[in-house]
Amino acid sequence: MIADSNLKTDLMVYVGILVLAGVQIFVAYHSPGVIRMLVIAAIQAFLAVMFFMHLRNERSTLRLALIPATLFVLVMMNMVWADSFRVIQFRSFPK
Amino acid sequence: MSEADLSMRRGGIARPGTVHQAPVSVGHGMGTHGAGVMEERPFAIPSKKLVMWLFIISDACTFGAMLFAYGYLRNASPDWPHHFETSSIVNVAIMTFVLVTSSLTMLIGTRAAKAGDKAGAIRFTFITVALGLVFAALHLREWANMIGAGVRLFANPWGAPLFGASFFGVTGLHLAHVLSGAIALTVVALGYKRGRYNADDIEIWSLYWHFVDLVWMFVVPMVYLLNVAQ
Repeated sequence: MIADSNLKTDLMVYVGILVLAGVQIFVAYHSPGVIRMLVIAAIQAFLAVMFFMHLRNERSTLRLALIPATLFVLVMMNMVWADSFRVIQFRSFPK
Repeated sequence: MSEADLSMRRGGIARPGTVHQAPVSVGHGMGTHGAGVMEERPFAIPSKKLVMWLFIISDACTFGAMLFAYGYLRNASPDWPHHFETSSIVNVAIMTFVLVTSSLTMLIGTRAAKAGDKAGAIRFTFITVALGLVFAALHLREWANMIGAGVRLFANPWGAPLFGASFFGVTGLHLAHVLSGAIALTVVALGYKRGRYNADDIEIWSLYWHFVDLVWMFVVPMVYLLNVAQ
């Protein structure tokens, strides 16, 4: 499937990922924030999966089998945040 | 039990017109043997590649759990250390450059393998391995600096004691992936040279290498950039 893309595209994605890494470092020093950082990382990951790993050239059935299930698990892990906020404020569990 | 049922149980081919005749096409490369009972591959990729994708999504969940655990501890600790100086961030930037560049060389190697350029594929795969080892060396230098500064698994001079365990846990798991990827790529490249493996194997292991690169994109902001010394 990699024949569907070319070296020029790969180079553009490579430069794009490096530029985003530089933006991340700039953000870290000037306006740090978890969401900003993770959005940039997610864009980098999207570029890597679609272009470096060529998932965009695979059948849509493969994309549908892989992406929603993975995202579902990762989204469900977000339920830990509520407890981490409780811990830092030393609140007891509600009775 | 009808004759058709018995035939199916023996792995035979159901006669046309029976209830067992599945509306499927002939399997790839199966010839006439098994025709009518082999389902077409739903994802149109080799089974080894599908297995690698399944491994990657399970590994993504493993890294996700590690990073969420790291985030939990960071969020729940009022004295989480913010000690990464500019020298550490420069080191991380170099590491990122090396790892992303190794993904590019892996892409070029895979492209060469697919084009039948065996020598080029092997050369670029070994360049990828070399870049991976450079990354590992830089990583270990960072670790050595931190250990020299007094960071241990359950103690450090700056604050929350679990910082060391979570830092070494997340970055150590990633480092283990880089080193095992370098070993795997070496084995596959040598096997490809001897004719034991083919271009598909190079492509499949390139997926793993790109995944290691992808994970680093989340490790950097979570572990390093959110904890820079301001």
